[in-house]
Amino acid sequence: MVNKIWLGLLLAGFGFAAAKGDINLVTKAAFEGAQTGVTVCFGLISVLVFWLGIMRLAENSGLVDRISRLLGPVVKFLFPDVPKNDPAMGYILSNMSANLLGLGNAATPMGIRAMQELQRLNPDKTTASPAMCTLLAINTASITLIPTTLIAIRLNYHSANPAEIVGSTLLATAIATLAAVLADRWYRVRQAPPPAIPPSVPSSSTAAAGRGDGA
Amino acid sequence: MNWIHTISAWAIPVMIAFIPLYAYFKKVPVYESFVDGAKDGFSTAIGIIPHLVGMMVAISVFRASGAMDFLVDLAAPAVRWLHIPPEVLPLGFLRPLTGTGSLAFTTELIKTYGPDSMIGRIASTIQGSTDTTLYVLTVYFGAVGIRNGRYALKVGLFSDMVGFFAAIFVCLLLF
Repeated sequence: MVNKIWLGLLLAGFGFAAAKGDINLVTKAAFEGAQTGVTVCFGLISVLVFWLGIMRLAENSGLVDRISRLLGPVVKFLFPDVPKNDPAMGYILSNMSANLLGLGNAATPMGIRAMQELQRLNPDKTTASPAMCTLLAINTASITLIPTTLIAIRLNYHSANPAEIVGSTLLATAIATLAAVLADRWYRVRQAPPPAIPPSVPSSSTAAAGRGDGA
Repeated sequence: MNWIHTISAWAIPVMIAFIPLYAYFKKVPVYESFVDGAKDGFSTAIGIIPHLVGMMVAISVFRASGAMDFLVDLAAPAVRWLHIPPEVLPLGFLRPLTGTGSLAFTTELIKTYGPDSMIGRIASTIQGSTDTTLYVLTVYFGAVGIRNGRYALKVGLFSDMVGFFAAIFVCLLLF
């Protein structure tokens, strides 16, 4: 699906620019896009280096294990195939709480760390496991208690009550997250192989990768 | 809602102080461990570059060419029929594609129509209620080298759509 969307975006852009008679748009936009991609990644470097350092301390001190044991059962139903007390659960939980508190720059490194732990459990290293898909679903919907950026912008434009959108946002984000979790569960039940199956044979994994749902 | 603000403000400073202190009491060599873990951050961020550049190029070309405006025009009659202000429609297409793009558009709407107008409220709620699906997908899968994301994209886009309509109807009901 990503392959098709990617190609579709490029071709639609090419087609519309050509029809408009301004084909230079494509060249300009392509290089601007490339630059944005690199700039965003460079911005991620400082954040990732710092948080992965802090998280190594949390890991080596046994804090992550403790969080997994303490709070793991709360979200266990979302990740049925992550083993009990696995450190992956600790990172998933830190990612979820960082999202909840609107700590964007901490949520991403924790989410990536959780993905790395889930990749350790993943039998097929190029295909997403069901647990990874669930983590993604939660993160794309991203339950947030306070949309800090939005409140700041509203304040900037002299809103009489900048925080009045907290309630509506919370309700909308809860509905979106519920939809994400339900859709994820539906696809998981419908097309996921039983989680207990050992590493898949090479031929079947290439067949799966060739189906065109790559990221 | 003040207590939530307070928690948000304190959360990161407390983590920065508490985690190293806890590790120190557990006899972890704190500085060495920090540096050791931090090393992975650089390569992880660099590894995401090809994924993100690929995605950003496609989105940028799509937006600049006017293909998106065409989509918006196409959907506008249906939206009017549902009594949704058509001004917020581009946000529905922008939100899953680009975080900075949709934030800029939201800011523009707030500036034009005022933060306390219905359009301003709806735009704020849409922007705040979901994350940028394509970005999250690209970064998380890119960081661990997943090529086949299976149904994750469909789920993300579906929840964006639900979030978009939920935001509008919640605002229409609430305000």
